[in-house]
Amino acid sequence: MGSISLQNVNKSFGEVQVIPDISLEINDGEFVVFVGPSGCGKSTLLRLIAGLEDTTNGRILLDGQDMTDAPPARRGLAMVFQSYALYPHMSVRDNIAFPLKMAKASKEVIDQKVEYAARTLNLSDYLDRRPRALSGGQRQRVAIGRAIVREPKAFLFDEPLSNLDAALRVNMRLEITELHQQLQTTMIYVTHDQVEAMTMADRIVVLNAGNVEQFGTPLELYRTPANRFVAGFIGSPKMNFVDGAEAAKHNAHAIGVRPEHFALSKTSGTWKGTVSVAEQLGSDTFLHIHLDGIGLVTARTGGEETYEHGETVYLTPDPQRIYRFGADGNALAA
Amino acid sequence: MARNVSTQSRIGFTIGAWLVALLIFAPILWTALTAFKTEAEAIASPPTFLPRTFTLDNFEAVQDRSDYIKHAINSIIVSVGSTLIGLAIAIPAAWSMAFAPSKRTKDILMWMLSTKMMPAVGVLIPIYLIFRDLRLLDTVHGLTVIMTLINLPIIVWMLYTYFKEIPVDILEAARMDGAELWNEIVYVLVPMAVPGIASTLLLNVILAWNEAFWTITLTSGRAGTLTAFISSFSSPQGLFLAKLSAASLLAIAPILLLGWFSQRQLVRGLTFGAVK
Repeated sequence: MGSISLQNVNKSFGEVQVIPDISLEINDGEFVVFVGPSGCGKSTLLRLIAGLEDTTNGRILLDGQDMTDAPPARRGLAMVFQSYALYPHMSVRDNIAFPLKMAKASKEVIDQKVEYAARTLNLSDYLDRRPRALSGGQRQRVAIGRAIVREPKAFLFDEPLSNLDAALRVNMRLEITELHQQLQTTMIYVTHDQVEAMTMADRIVVLNAGNVEQFGTPLELYRTPANRFVAGFIGSPKMNFVDGAEAAKHNAHAIGVRPEHFALSKTSGTWKGTVSVAEQLGSDTFLHIHLDGIGLVTARTGGEETYEHGETVYLTPDPQRIYRFGADGNALAA
Repeated sequence: MARNVSTQSRIGFTIGAWLVALLIFAPILWTALTAFKTEAEAIASPPTFLPRTFTLDNFEAVQDRSDYIKHAINSIIVSVGSTLIGLAIAIPAAWSMAFAPSKRTKDILMWMLSTKMMPAVGVLIPIYLIFRDLRLLDTVHGLTVIMTLINLPIIVWMLYTYFKEIPVDILEAARMDGAELWNEIVYVLVPMAVPGIASTLLLNVILAWNEAFWTITLTSGRAGTLTAFISSFSSPQGLFLAKLSAASLLAIAPILLLGWFSQRQLVRGLTFGAVK
C-alpha cells in the first residue's frame, strides 16, 4: 500500500515562502509526475514528502497515517536522486544491500534480494565494482536497485534522468515505466521536462511558483488546460497565444492555438504570414511564421511539403480547438 | 596553453627549493650530529661538522639522569588519548556544523578559532588554580584533558572543512535508506571522510606531542611528557649541549618517524578537496 495525502502543506525558508498551500491526494499504485519550470517548488515538495525537509504547516499522511514529523528513515519511502548519490566507498552489491542492512535483514535475505534486483536491472556482472567504474546509466540503475530492494511504500524520483544523454534518457524512461507496471508501487517523479511527464505519468501535477496549477491525466492537461500557464507548459512545440483584436472576436482576453491545430495553405486562409524559419525534422516540419498584425507563431505540419524562408503562407486555426482565456489567465468555458 | 618553463629556471627553482629545505632541516641535523659528540666537542670553536669521536655516552647519561621510557609513554598517552577524545567530540560537532547549520554556526566556528588567537599564558592562572583544586596537577589524565581542549578547535575546523566536501545528497540517500543518525555517521560519513580524518588525527598527534607550554607548567616529575623531558636538560648553569641534543633527538625521533611514514597521507589530507 502506498497512498499519499498532502493536507494544506506549506513551506517557507526563512522569509521566503516556497510553497504557499498545497493539498494533494495520490492513490496507491499511481505514477504521479510533478512538473514545472525550475524554482517552482517541485523538488521541495518531493523532499517534504520524503521527510528531508520539514513542513512549516500542514500534514503529510502515508496510508492514512500522519507522518508529518517522522524522520525519513521511518517513512518507508525510497528515493532516487539526480546525482545518483551512490556510496562511493561501497561496491555495487553493498550499495544495493545498504537499506537491507539498515533494516537488519539476515544475510540470506540480503543476498537473495540483491541478486534479484541485480538480475532485474542487468547489473549482475557489476556487483563487485565500485560506482566510479560504472557508466551514468549503470549508476542510475544501481540507485534504482537500492530503492527497490526495500520494497518501499512509494518511490520518489528527483529528476533522475537529467544527467544522462538524450538516447539513454529515452531508454531509462521506458525502463522506469516498465518497472512501475511490474511493481505496481506508487511512484512520484519530479521533472522539468514535459515530454517525460506526458509519457510516463498516470497523472501530472503542474506546479508554478509553489502552487498547483492543475492535477490531471496527461490528456486532460493537453485537451482541457485549466489556464494559460498549463496550456503553454504542456505540449511541444508550445501553444501559440494571440491577444488583442483577434482574441476579442472570440470573446476572450487571449486565445491559444496549438501548432498542430492549424490548417496550412499556400493560397488562402484566415491569417496571412511569411515563413521565418522552417525546421525540418523529416517526419514533421515546424514553421515559425510572422503573421501580419499578430506576431510570431509556430505551426506544425507534415514533413512532405517544403517551405522556404520568406514564402507567403495562410493559417486557419481549427475552430474546435481554439482555447479561450480570460484576463486572469484562466480558461473560459467553450 | 601549457606554461613554458625553461630548463634554466627549472634548475634555478630546484636549487632554491633544496636550499630552503636544507635551511629548515639544518637545526634538526645539527641536533642529531651534536648528540653523538662529546660535551667538549659540542662547544668547540670552530665547530666540527661530523663528530670527531663518535660516542653514545650522552644517551646513556640522559637515560641515567631521567627516565626516557616513562616520559615517552606519557607522551603517547597524552597525544593519542587527547586526539581520540577530540575526534569523538569533534566528528558529531563537525557533522552538525556542516550538514545541519544554524544561523550561528559561522559565529561559533569563528569563536572557536578565536580561542586559538589568545596567548595560552593568558589563562594560565585560572587553569592552574582549577587543576590544583581538582587535583589534576601532574597527572596524565589532567594533561590529556587540557590537550584535548586546546586542540579541539583545530580538530573541529579541519573536520568541518572535510565534511563540507562531501555531497549532502549521499547522506540524504542514507537517511532515505533507513539509516538513523548514528548509522549515517558510522557507515557513510566517516568512511568517506577517512583521508581527512586520518590527516586530522596525525596532525593533532604531532601538535599534542610537541606541545610544551602546558606540559611544562602543569607537570613535574610524574606526568611529564617528552617536551618536559627535554626542558629538564636545558639549564642556565652548565653547558650540556650534547646531552640536551641527545635528549631532544630521543624526544623528536618517534614523531619524526611517524611524520615520515605518513607524509603521503598528511599531504593528501591537507590538500583534500583542493583539486576535484
